[in-house]
Amino acid sequence: MSEGLHHHGGGGKMKKVIMGNHALSYGGMLGRAQVIAAYPITPQTQVVELLSEMCADKVLDAKFIKVESEHSAMAACIGASLAGARTYTATSAQGLTLMHELLHWASGGRLPVVMGNINRAMAPGWSIWSDQNDSLSQRDTGWIQFYCASNQEVLDTVIQAFKVSEKLLIPSMVILDAFTLSHTYEVVDIPEQDKVDEYLPPFNPPIRLTTDEPRAFGGITFPEHYYELRYKLQKDMEKVPALIEETGKEYEKMFGRYLGDVDAHRCDDADLILITSGTMGYTARVGVDELRKEGIKAGNLRIKVFRPFPFETVLKIVKGAQKVAVVDRNISYGHHGIFYQEVKSALYGESDGLPLFGFIAGLGGRDITPSDFKDIAHYVLGKDKPEERIVWIGVKK
Amino acid sequence: MKKEKEKKMKISLPEVELMHPGHMACQGCGATLAMRFALKALGPKTALCIPACCWSVIDGPFPHTSLDVPIFHCAFETAASSASGLKAGLEMVGDTETTVVAWAGDGGTFDIGIQALSGTAERNDDVLYICYDNEAYMNTGIQRSSATPYGAWTTTTPVKHFKERPKKDMVAIMAAHHIPYVATASIGYPEDLVKKVKKAKDIRGTKFLHIYAPCPTGWKCRPEDTIKLSRMVVQNAVFPLYEIEDSDKYTLNIKVSAKKPIDEYLQIQGRFSHLTAEEIAYMQKEVDKKWEKLLSLIN
Repeated sequence: MSEGLHHHGGGGKMKKVIMGNHALSYGGMLGRAQVIAAYPITPQTQVVELLSEMCADKVLDAKFIKVESEHSAMAACIGASLAGARTYTATSAQGLTLMHELLHWASGGRLPVVMGNINRAMAPGWSIWSDQNDSLSQRDTGWIQFYCASNQEVLDTVIQAFKVSEKLLIPSMVILDAFTLSHTYEVVDIPEQDKVDEYLPPFNPPIRLTTDEPRAFGGITFPEHYYELRYKLQKDMEKVPALIEETGKEYEKMFGRYLGDVDAHRCDDADLILITSGTMGYTARVGVDELRKEGIKAGNLRIKVFRPFPFETVLKIVKGAQKVAVVDRNISYGHHGIFYQEVKSALYGESDGLPLFGFIAGLGGRDITPSDFKDIAHYVLGKDKPEERIVWIGVKK
Repeated sequence: MKKEKEKKMKISLPEVELMHPGHMACQGCGATLAMRFALKALGPKTALCIPACCWSVIDGPFPHTSLDVPIFHCAFETAASSASGLKAGLEMVGDTETTVVAWAGDGGTFDIGIQALSGTAERNDDVLYICYDNEAYMNTGIQRSSATPYGAWTTTTPVKHFKERPKKDMVAIMAAHHIPYVATASIGYPEDLVKKVKKAKDIRGTKFLHIYAPCPTGWKCRPEDTIKLSRMVVQNAVFPLYEIEDSDKYTLNIKVSAKKPIDEYLQIQGRFSHLTAEEIAYMQKEVDKKWEKLLSLIN
């Protein structure tokens, strides 16, 4: 039994020191997930361990299906979601990529499954440490992707994700770094259950699988219809940014924390903006604050929502800068860092003259420190424009 | 004209029809009859998970369906895991009544879906898993599966290199999961089939039903021989009809009074036409061996 669970009565303001993985568990509990299907993988295990305890202790009224693979985990979530139940799971790396086919099934079937993913580097060689290639490889599966940087943000985002997903019938992935967040304990404000219930009403899809109204879901779809189904998915995906803003403000009103698509730190007057995602963002902030002491006007833009890509917010923030550097803990082999590509495509035709520098760092859990960000800033300030396609931080060549 | 005395016909199958004309099956399709009979037993409070298989075509394309029960067309390897999730989801939204059926072909059961099926069975989730077995990947155009019998031609086991391995014993594998009910059925014995589906429906936990369903297109036989084959296969003990309750109580449901040789059964199927007398003798020996083994298990 993890400490403290029994003491959580659902009433009264409560702060707890919990690990990132447990923030995912609490998010599922407060979100009143009804069906959970999950398979263990390091570094995700504590998420499902605590959830199974919550179910066993009846703190959470859910069916927990202890499946034999991540593939079946997602398949079971999809089946349950089709019945109209709120479904939840969590995985990482190899598990996420094993689910790949079914990620398309969830989004294509318009089933708002919410899933936690712990960013872990892909094998081989076996690595349990953080990088983002697992979730970024799922870029085009039609899932909303949130990259979190604190345990509080993880918990809050799970609750918001249920709301956004269920409104638009698009699944969501709430993502956090292996160990630097998954196993790091932080103070987290646990919202009161009745307030969460007020924010997040029960899932009530317009169409569900029921014998009262027999329908066939997902059958053979000829070119005459398929194209429009995908058009509709994209159109609804385009509604996500506004809905994140709306639900984020609503969350702020009720719980005191705004949940937006990006998190900007000292960007307003910044000449140089360092763009990051995940926990790298908080590391970058320390670097930025130290750079400011040196008289360098740096800022950090942490992109939280990767899909749909927050074009407008990002553009608005970077347009005032003189230089932009994107630091990626991932790579698209043969191209570049993935956030770099995305930012570059956002700038095209909008801010073409803005020098955009691309850095790769921290693959497979290699540490990224505040001084790395200071080095990046000094490097960028010493150049008029990028001289190398990719600058690798700390690589042993 | 002599007025015929009205005779009341004895109806041995439920009259309810939840499958309708307009489906897209080939002539003489055994899988279609299997569905029709199964739904007669199951009734309207049934939900189907159908992975990639002939039935994902037979039902009809979006936005049509030929069945009066809801269907989830799921991923190929997920019939069982989708059904587990669907059952849990239905229960959580207050529907505890609906029978959730995973309805898959032999490829989706014996091959690509066996992991998920094993998981569902090991957990004993309340799902009725029905495999209609046409002994190859028929939907993709007759490729061998692990349900394809020894000796058969398929497009991936050409006659010069026909299938040399026996059919996987899926029933034994399922019984080894200690689930409450495992049975075989044939569309040639519809009363037995309906009885078994009804029985399975009333048992909680995982039930596995293996239905023999000829495919004239893939077996190179005449569509009008579908029923004939479905009866012969039982009487020559190639596909005996039996059930296993709680993993060890074996019952033979259709008696094989005078076991027939397999020759005629093979002769009317083009997929076996290349076999030599020696190869047929080997097959007969294997059938006899399996049959003796089964008889030894029946009490």
